[in-house]
Amino acid sequence: MGNVPVPAKHCFSVERLFPMYPRLPLWMQKDKVPAPNQLPEFVKVVEVGPRDGLQNENEIVPTKVKLELIDMLSKTGLSVIEATAFVSSKWVPQMADHTDVLRGIHREPQVKYPVLTPNFQGFQAAVAAGATEVAVFASASETFSRKNINCSIDESMQRFEKVLHAAKKAQIPVRGYVSCALGCPYEGKIEPEEVTKVAKRLHDLGCYEISLGDTIGVGTPGSMARLLGAVLAEVPADALAVHCHDTYGQALANILTALQMGISVVDSSVAGLGGCPYARGASGNVSTEDVLYMLHGLGIETGVDLAKVMEAGDFICKALKRRTNSKVALAKTGV
Amino acid sequence: MAALMMRGSLSVRCSPSFGARSWAFANSASAQSVSVPTGKSLPEQVKIVEVGPRDGLQNEKTVVPTEVKIELINMLSEAGLPVIEATSFVSPKWVPQMADQEEVMRGIQRRLGVRYPVLTPNLKGFQAALNAGAEEVAVFGAASELFSKKNINCSVEESLQRFEEVVRAAKAANVTVRGYVSCVLGCPYEGQVSPDKVAQVAKRLYSMGCYEVSLGDTIGVGTPGSMRAMLSAVSSQVPLGALAVHCHDTYGQALANILTALQMGVSVVDSSVAGLGGCPYAQGASGNVATEDVVYMLHGLGIHTGVDLTRVMDAGAFICRSLNRRTNSKVAQASCKL
Repeated sequence: MGNVPVPAKHCFSVERLFPMYPRLPLWMQKDKVPAPNQLPEFVKVVEVGPRDGLQNENEIVPTKVKLELIDMLSKTGLSVIEATAFVSSKWVPQMADHTDVLRGIHREPQVKYPVLTPNFQGFQAAVAAGATEVAVFASASETFSRKNINCSIDESMQRFEKVLHAAKKAQIPVRGYVSCALGCPYEGKIEPEEVTKVAKRLHDLGCYEISLGDTIGVGTPGSMARLLGAVLAEVPADALAVHCHDTYGQALANILTALQMGISVVDSSVAGLGGCPYARGASGNVSTEDVLYMLHGLGIETGVDLAKVMEAGDFICKALKRRTNSKVALAKTGV
Repeated sequence: MAALMMRGSLSVRCSPSFGARSWAFANSASAQSVSVPTGKSLPEQVKIVEVGPRDGLQNEKTVVPTEVKIELINMLSEAGLPVIEATSFVSPKWVPQMADQEEVMRGIQRRLGVRYPVLTPNLKGFQAALNAGAEEVAVFGAASELFSKKNINCSVEESLQRFEEVVRAAKAANVTVRGYVSCVLGCPYEGQVSPDKVAQVAKRLYSMGCYEVSLGDTIGVGTPGSMRAMLSAVSSQVPLGALAVHCHDTYGQALANILTALQMGVSVVDSSVAGLGGCPYAQGASGNVATEDVVYMLHGLGIHTGVDLTRVMDAGAFICRSLNRRTNSKVAQASCKL
């Protein structure tokens, strides 16, 4: 595409358009497998700090702080910022102000603000509050599904089917998540085939992108390569994302492995917000700053301004009265 | 879940309420070898060079009593680590932490098959090391002129000449020498460092007789991209089998950089128990990569190290208690409520 900037090439490439417009001729998307050794030129970073991050912080954050955080992140160049979750405030008090948050943020035109909607009720509330993208969360582990959302994987899929059906009608894109993709705090090992089944179902149901989550951060480049080898046989690379937790310090190595296998969407959380609820005191989400540092060092474009992300990280850490989990932030500010 | 617990001390100090932690280790230990996406196989074996007692402690503010250092080294010896950098024969005026170098050398219980290299910046230090029973020594060069001047008060060329003296004397005494190159991916004073310069210094060290050259990302600024470029240059001058990587985790890039090095055929990795040793150039930031986190990744990749992760964690817990500080290892943090 000649002199078109890389992010634009990415947006208009067949890889990106096809999942949203499945009627594009198949011949256009055939043979577009990533060459080995080749990293993507552009990686989309999905910022989950305001939702996944804050949800796993002990301190309840006032609405205006959440709004300020999202507004700051909106100016960094990030193209997707997970804003909040339309879940029961009884279960997730941190997200009780979901409507106020969604209505209160200053939306940047190029930025998407997906919100979690575990069921049809949540979806309706989200749409009423102005949501233009939603996300659904399934699990590759039966036990985790039952413990986390009180139903089996199958039952959760039925709930999501309702959401997806309604979302399609309302022309609202849906992102799917698969948790426990590399291990479960209850079941232990999770077979790649189980993850593939769930990812494929979500994709077939209409999710434009499936984010594979290493929920307890136990994965290593070895298990990541095995997982992706299995999933890529059923779901195209450009419909996949990785959501790595850094609980065992493996996140960046796992992300690098995913990039080498053709994945070009990475979830991360500003300042590494969000500890691990299964290992007290341990870290959880990988920090956006550290991911960006690696991507930029690899010459991969993201469109994101690292310095501005660090400012947002600094802001939210001060509000939470906690130290950043980002090593880049620690190194650069010397605090 | 009991069946998933690794034999050993995991249940003694920590009480995992979920099977996740114990399972994680069992899983990482039993993974099969995978070939990486680049198509090239990873090494089947990786040698871990444990630098905690020297590089780690040297960069810790608290001066640690001799008996604690000895206990730490003894615990590490029992963990299956093949190489443990024990101390440094430098002037105690400059490095007070290493003032007890002789006592440490004489006090440790050397395990058969384990090597205990010590730093010897010059001939004087070498002779003192030899007297204290050293069988392996290490010399530290830099890929940056400014860093060399600021750190050891002489130019890179002058330092290499000093090392040549050490290597000559070591050869005569049947002592092996390991070479280090610092600032291979960036310098706190010069900024960017040319891969060709790194290759030059590495080649000199190797040619003069160092059996192995450890390439240090001293300020942790490297990323897989710069690691790849540097290793390409160096491996054209020094055989891959004689190279090691010494990655700092100051910017969180260490494991990704180590993975890249492995993908390029390097099979020796330096690390520090509990991630001891902050970065003197970025206050409050981390320095050395944690041995526990490296071993976790290697075992998860099906790579053999001979190291018992739980015993390394025990050693890490011990030294952190003595230093009254939190571990820098994420694996250790995830596994214990410390």
